[in-house]
Amino acid sequence: MTGQIQDDSKKKLIVSPIENGTVVDHLPPGTAVKIAQMLGLMGDSIVIIGQNLKSTKFGRKDLIKVEGKFLGEPEFNKIALLAPNATVNIVRDSAITEKRHVAVPDFVERVALCANTNCITNKENVPTRFITASRSPLIMVCNYCGYETKGEELKLKG
Amino acid sequence: MNFTNRDVVSIKDFSKQDLEKVFSIAGGFAKNGYDRKLLKGKRVGLLFYEPSTRTRMSFDTAAQTIGADTIWFAGPEGTSVMKGETLKDTIETVANYVDAIILRHPFDGSARWAAEITTRRTRRGAPKVPIISGGDGKNEHPTQTMLDLYSMLITQGRIESLNVALIGDLKYGRTVHSLSYALSMYNARLSFVAPDMLQIPSHITSFLDRCGIKHSEHSRIEDVIADADIVYMTRIQKERFPDENEYNKVKGLYRISKSMLSAAKPTMRLMHPLPRVDEITLDADDDPRAYYFQQAGNGVPIRAALLALVMGACE
Repeated sequence: MTGQIQDDSKKKLIVSPIENGTVVDHLPPGTAVKIAQMLGLMGDSIVIIGQNLKSTKFGRKDLIKVEGKFLGEPEFNKIALLAPNATVNIVRDSAITEKRHVAVPDFVERVALCANTNCITNKENVPTRFITASRSPLIMVCNYCGYETKGEELKLKG
Repeated sequence: MNFTNRDVVSIKDFSKQDLEKVFSIAGGFAKNGYDRKLLKGKRVGLLFYEPSTRTRMSFDTAAQTIGADTIWFAGPEGTSVMKGETLKDTIETVANYVDAIILRHPFDGSARWAAEITTRRTRRGAPKVPIISGGDGKNEHPTQTMLDLYSMLITQGRIESLNVALIGDLKYGRTVHSLSYALSMYNARLSFVAPDMLQIPSHITSFLDRCGIKHSEHSRIEDVIADADIVYMTRIQKERFPDENEYNKVKGLYRISKSMLSAAKPTMRLMHPLPRVDEITLDADDDPRAYYFQQAGNGVPIRAALLALVMGACE
């Protein structure tokens, strides 16, 4: 497969291919727009979003294609918070040159919100910072209030 | 670990050796008296955004007793906080006037944020101003825990392996949170007595599990009082309930009276961070097991020791 997006079950191309850029695949259904916004992709870039596509592995999936932009380690880390099973393909001249599985980093800064509504980071303009206590299940400890935010209650900064 | 310029934000930042150093200096003050020139020429700022009697007055007493001047505000009224000033700007400003800041603030994590602000100032060439938390929201109250542990040491001759029952508002009670963290270093057996809606938060029981500390949850005081070395009573904190109807469901649910103390060991000590409302009846005050007023008194030597340490006057 190249940078072209296919429906897994039928291997039928349903979204046009990209020549140079990044494909973020295997996102949980309903997360693609949120992740694209989080990564700041909704500005000048050409972005194609696929939602609720069939997936042999996960049943349904979302995906994002972005033309002309090569995502790196910081973006992979952010994606991992909402989509721990995501894969990222870097496409150059219509061929996949790099395939990566994302991973939650040891420290997460400025991306997520503390689930403790009384935390100073939710009350004043304080950049959030978390220490990853567990990756599976995802548990992140707020550097400020010590609250353990679980993966299912995780919200990203808008 | 060296104490000079150290922030006191979470009890989890302190080892047993650190705490023993604080207890040792506090014990020296209590036994031999205070050196009234220890902090001469130093100034301590007390920034209390929330009401306080014991924490503020014992810190003020402690600072002045060992020679420091104090400046303070009690409640944001009369300050620029009422005009919308952020915690950051207030800390940045007051740090110019003082050598240490005692902070009580309603938001969880505010003490850690304040400590970060005074550390950042040092990159601009300013001296570090240590932040000592006097309680941050429902999060922690580390200096209360230090005096609680010191009170246990005085009354039981040890802190190690005590059977401690914590009763009341365990969800919002920051003193209970800090004390639970601290007792995990001392192989304590913890019994949490509270209505379901006010039980100890899961992130604290997870922490205790990771430390291998035995703990259990109960709904009746009678189930735990006979075996306890320490009964730690707390007030249901009306001010932290988002809904007053929820508060009304649980207020007055737990009460210890003199007659209930007959089931306890003679060596048991009844502690309370205070203020109390009605959770300990007045007739218990004269029971030899009642220790809460002496406990509050222990705040002065403990806080004097801590100030002397973080301001570099003691090794």
